[in-house]
Amino acid sequence: MATQQSRSAARFMMAPAVILLLGWMLVPLIMTLIFSFKKYLPMRGGDLGWVGFDNYVRFVSSSAFWPSVITTLVIVGGVLVITIFFGVILALLLDQPMWGQGVVRILVIAPFFVMPTVSALVWKNMFMDPVNGLFAHLWKFFGAEPVQWLSQASMESIVLIVSWQWLPFATLILLTAVQSLDSEQLEAAEMDGAPFLKRFWFIILPHLARAITIVVLIQTIFLLSIFAEIFVTTGGAFGTRTLSYLIFQRVLESQNVGLGSAGGVYAIILANIVAIFLMRIVGKNLDN
Amino acid sequence: MARAVTNNRKALNTAIAWTIGLLIFFPILWTILTSFKTEAQAISDPPVFLFFDWTLENYSIVQERSNYMRFLWNSVIIAGGSTLLGVMIAVPAAWSMAFVPSRRTKDILLWMLSTKMLPAVGVLYPIYLICIELGLLDSRIALVVILMLINLPIIVWMLYTYFKEIPGEILEAARMDGASLKEEILYVLTPMAVPGIASTLLLNFILAWNEAFWTLNLTAAKAAPLTAFIASYSSPEGLFYAKLSAASTMAIAPILILGWFSQKQLVRGLTFGAVK
Repeated sequence: MATQQSRSAARFMMAPAVILLLGWMLVPLIMTLIFSFKKYLPMRGGDLGWVGFDNYVRFVSSSAFWPSVITTLVIVGGVLVITIFFGVILALLLDQPMWGQGVVRILVIAPFFVMPTVSALVWKNMFMDPVNGLFAHLWKFFGAEPVQWLSQASMESIVLIVSWQWLPFATLILLTAVQSLDSEQLEAAEMDGAPFLKRFWFIILPHLARAITIVVLIQTIFLLSIFAEIFVTTGGAFGTRTLSYLIFQRVLESQNVGLGSAGGVYAIILANIVAIFLMRIVGKNLDN
Repeated sequence: MARAVTNNRKALNTAIAWTIGLLIFFPILWTILTSFKTEAQAISDPPVFLFFDWTLENYSIVQERSNYMRFLWNSVIIAGGSTLLGVMIAVPAAWSMAFVPSRRTKDILLWMLSTKMLPAVGVLYPIYLICIELGLLDSRIALVVILMLINLPIIVWMLYTYFKEIPGEILEAARMDGASLKEEILYVLTPMAVPGIASTLLLNFILAWNEAFWTLNLTAAKAAPLTAFIASYSSPEGLFYAKLSAASTMAIAPILILGWFSQKQLVRGLTFGAVK
């Protein structure tokens, strides 16, 4: 049993981390909350006093708000569907016996380690450029007109880039889950004559459910705040302005801190709704 | 027991998996290849794949023109500094939560995790303002501290799950033999914890290296790390594919190599121990 002495020592050792995180959470949060109730234009007069819920109303009623919400949902949803669909297939494939499994694993995981600005820029210029990009060459080779990817198909392009970055993460987690599958159960089902699709639907998928949920939650939290991919490729143009990018523009580009802060509070609430579900799963895991 | 698999089946698996693997890896491979081409070959139509005159000139041009080493150094300082600082703060915290758990330990862990969910853009201006007030805008110190704070929950969680796996009986035995708290940590716990700490350092170094919100928004000329350096290629200079590729290759190569070592920790670290 822990003694009284070791308990107070433990509290002492925890203190720095707890205090730092508490400060990191509370100080900016309170500042954002205060700003959000003010008319605050740093370049044009600074703090112009309290305005109540004005910023909250204006942020939601601005013409850019709903498009940005839809853009955010499309990007998050699109990337989730793609990464989980292909992630499950890849995880099952990588679990099969083959030669050079380790190398394939490395090839598949590699995109996750590429910094976001690099992957955005490489895709933008070397693949999606309508003149010199590899896709343009490919399209011309088949006699098709090259596509102006980032203006004509801007959302698809961003979803593609971000999916490429996050597919390794989904695959890796799902693979970990697949590998913990009880193979005897699968073999028994196979011997009883269950076809692959049935085995997949009734045994594999339920087993993966937890891992899929975790992938969904964690990716959602990261995807809600993707920044560099948009900053580097379209700069928010062509209908790719997400909620977080809109807030970024309000705060730093048009220097309307009050309005941006109100948007920030919305973003914080949104992220917390997702977070609650994630925490529940993680919390349950702590009990075992 | 693994079942006997026919060689045919195995060959088919191998072919499919390698094709998909190479397809996914292709953008990286293409970037690396392009970095060794001349600018003319980089945009030649049709594209050349392997049979071109390999050259290293892009690397020296990038270094000369943009002083690549300075950005690299900033990245190393920021990622390394924030990781080391974070681990130094997190080790005692994770140790006490793993070995002297109280009723509130679980709540504290979950609360720490919740700070990670705070969307960066929601607190962009306050942090920006604080940096200006303290004269820390475009400084490496500010980024070391901020990235440390961002990753601190992950660091605490990873260390906690590793420490949890160390059998408590060994610590109790040491305590019975009269080891003080200090000796217990130094001679009993540390040797067993080193692998866990090492993988925590590795994964968080990678995360900090690739962080691209704060590094883009809080740096300009002085403290900009590689993420910002690459972003500066985004407009006209991006048209120089070979140089862009050389710069990109240099920015990702160290992390690709480190990343391969950290595959397993990646799952544990990024799922907060929920998937192992």
